[in-house]
Amino acid sequence: MDRRKSLKSILLGGVASGLAVHGCNPKPESAPEESVLTPKYNYGRTPKEAELIAELLEETFFNAHEMETIAVLCGLILPSTEELKGALDVQVPEFIEFMVKDIPEYQPTLRGGLMWLDHKSNSDFNNQFISLTGEQQKQLLDTIAYPNMDMPEIERPLEIQFFSLMRNLTLTGYYTSKEGIEELGYKGNSPNVWDGVPQDVLEQHGVSYDEEWLAKCVDQSKRAVKAEWDDAGNLLT
Amino acid sequence: MQIIEESKTYDVIIVGSGAGGGMATKILSEAGLKVAVVEAGPFFDPADPEQMTQLKWPYESPRRGASTIRPFGDFDTAYGGWEIEGEPYTNTDNTDFKWFRSRMLGGRTNHWGRISLRFGPKDFKRKNYDGLGDNWPIGYEDVKPYYDKVDKLIGVFGTNEGLPNDPDGFFLPPPKPRLHELFYIKGARKSNVPVYPSRMSMLTKKINDERGVCFYCGQCSRACQVYADFSSGSCLIFPAQKNGGQVDLFVNCMVREVTTNEEGEATGVSYINKEDRREYKLKGKIVVLAASACSSARILLNSKSKQHPNGLGNSSDIVGKYLHDSTGSNLMGFVPELMNRKTYNEDGVGGMHVYSPWWLENEKLDFPRGYHIEMWGGLGMPSYGFGFNPNDLNKYFGLKVGGYGNDLRKDVKKYYGSVIGMAGRGESVAQKENSCELDPTKVDEFGIPILKFNYQWTDHEIKQVKHMQDTFEEIIHNMGGHVIGEKAGKEQNYGILAPGEIIHEVGTTRMGDDKKTSVVNSHQQLHDAKNVFVVDAGPFVSQADKNPTWTILALSWRTSDYIVEQLKQQNI
Repeated sequence: MDRRKSLKSILLGGVASGLAVHGCNPKPESAPEESVLTPKYNYGRTPKEAELIAELLEETFFNAHEMETIAVLCGLILPSTEELKGALDVQVPEFIEFMVKDIPEYQPTLRGGLMWLDHKSNSDFNNQFISLTGEQQKQLLDTIAYPNMDMPEIERPLEIQFFSLMRNLTLTGYYTSKEGIEELGYKGNSPNVWDGVPQDVLEQHGVSYDEEWLAKCVDQSKRAVKAEWDDAGNLLT
Repeated sequence: MQIIEESKTYDVIIVGSGAGGGMATKILSEAGLKVAVVEAGPFFDPADPEQMTQLKWPYESPRRGASTIRPFGDFDTAYGGWEIEGEPYTNTDNTDFKWFRSRMLGGRTNHWGRISLRFGPKDFKRKNYDGLGDNWPIGYEDVKPYYDKVDKLIGVFGTNEGLPNDPDGFFLPPPKPRLHELFYIKGARKSNVPVYPSRMSMLTKKINDERGVCFYCGQCSRACQVYADFSSGSCLIFPAQKNGGQVDLFVNCMVREVTTNEEGEATGVSYINKEDRREYKLKGKIVVLAASACSSARILLNSKSKQHPNGLGNSSDIVGKYLHDSTGSNLMGFVPELMNRKTYNEDGVGGMHVYSPWWLENEKLDFPRGYHIEMWGGLGMPSYGFGFNPNDLNKYFGLKVGGYGNDLRKDVKKYYGSVIGMAGRGESVAQKENSCELDPTKVDEFGIPILKFNYQWTDHEIKQVKHMQDTFEEIIHNMGGHVIGEKAGKEQNYGILAPGEIIHEVGTTRMGDDKKTSVVNSHQQLHDAKNVFVVDAGPFVSQADKNPTWTILALSWRTSDYIVEQLKQQNI
């Protein structure tokens, strides 16, 4: 039994489905072009949305050298460790390639920033960025990785904006991946029954529940009992 | 091209399938009437796996949930937004109204916040208190029985607190507060801002055999596959069909106008079938508009005839006038005591477990009307944007911001769950000049003349929002936190959001006893055509510091009962 079906039978015991719909083409004749979405991206899309994703996946924005440079940057921003995966283990460069097509406003900053990076590498070390030693790469990044927080972001030099954007995309790409979510410790997105903050967490943060407030809250042992009220709106069940 | 006319005549044609249209569909079809529902978007059922986004992971979207296409993120269940390709609108010079539309069965009810607040007695009679705007021709006592019925039919959690203007109801028990909500309660109370369990339409407890009970994934904005939250399709239209109602759904059908006869009464509607792009006519004895406040106004204004040269229902020239949205502003805070959190599943319901209804008396304030406070925070599921500026909060500790390498992991974890936000949603005073009208220079891709908006906030709203911002700042401090970013100042009108951004637009076909100053009577029946009704938020005279949906539902039910009764008496 798949997760969705078991969820339904546990929580619902039969759901309204296959209802008769009349009138003018209530449902598109063909399912919204499932084939254009890879199984990896299988989520509810309108046909137009699915087409757009397929188009974006088809297009190529960064050339091979740019992709190589992005990969080196991703590796420096979030390297793997003995225990933990890094940005390169979860295809962050591919994600960045998608985003730069999805949000074209990023293009000048990223492409221009990559050019700046090689220019600077050549001037300082007489080599392109990806061919520098790790030490040299870090030496260069140290000049652009620490923005002046007193200055609004849009007024900062392009190379600073570029690195901030690279860092943002790398981290968001990592922490929205399966491995990143696991590392973060996010525990939700699954059926459960919320029954309040665990006692040890309350203690750690020095707060507690009011008895009066708790008395109003749902008694989860009776969630499956049908609600009934008296005429004054007092819940009886 | 010839217009194609259907031979069947319906008892009722309902335009739109959101909250108002769904309720009318249920009540009218269950009374035995033959009903056609005409919806501009496609069929949608939250239980259909092909269209489902609930319980998906961010990596199941190539953009990881970014809001590039859907304004509330890639997993949100609204097909549409403030901008829809092929369906433009315009604004008069120097004004900026944003019009959100969701084109799908169930409309915006598939993704909305489910904040389900009754209006209170004062909300129907605000002019009596501050002399501004107009009173409704009906009062709380007229709507109360319907609010009660809506509570029981649809299900809403909350608590009976005996508050004077936030009435008690028939509530399901609320969920326990989350950690950041306990901090909010503490901070708000220090500021003498009361906090109560929120009132939202998710089933924390079973109400019938057809719908599931909430399983706390926190994703109501994605529409619930077990129907544990309120969406018009899952809670009204499908049950109406299942109960044997004669309901024909016309989806992807964009209504152009209401057709009328020599006597000026409605004979049905004409619509464009989006799939073949041809115009059709449907015949009906009664037309119920539920297309949303601005869409219904647009349909009426486009329904010009010899009998209604200024548009149907518009002899008063009031259709489209008095458009008003909630006021809104937001502020975020960083609460150091919420750092370094142990993680556990605190998704809860899709939205806040606690809120603050309006708590002050306006006599002592420099603005009329009030607002309620919504709040957010917690250990949410990462989505596009998570991890951006991973250690900006270092600045509160005098630490360096930026960098790269594995230290960033520690920063991300340290600050996870330590940021909270507050949002105020308040009542604006309806202004006649704030309006939508037809823009004669443009049509949409279906050839239908589009709307032009003209909307400006007044000092009332700007002063109210300043009060919101000051209150939020004080509460954040009382939570032991820091305001993130600069609080908006006078030159930015204290951060008031553009009208339309709160998506509570109401008032365009307002209700009244005088046909010279209103569009519909107290039964939401056009003064100018007795077989046309409006059951969305168009008839609202004022919008209260409450979200409009619960009142749309109650009034739609009340109007539907009236239609059934009038048909029995052969008055329409």
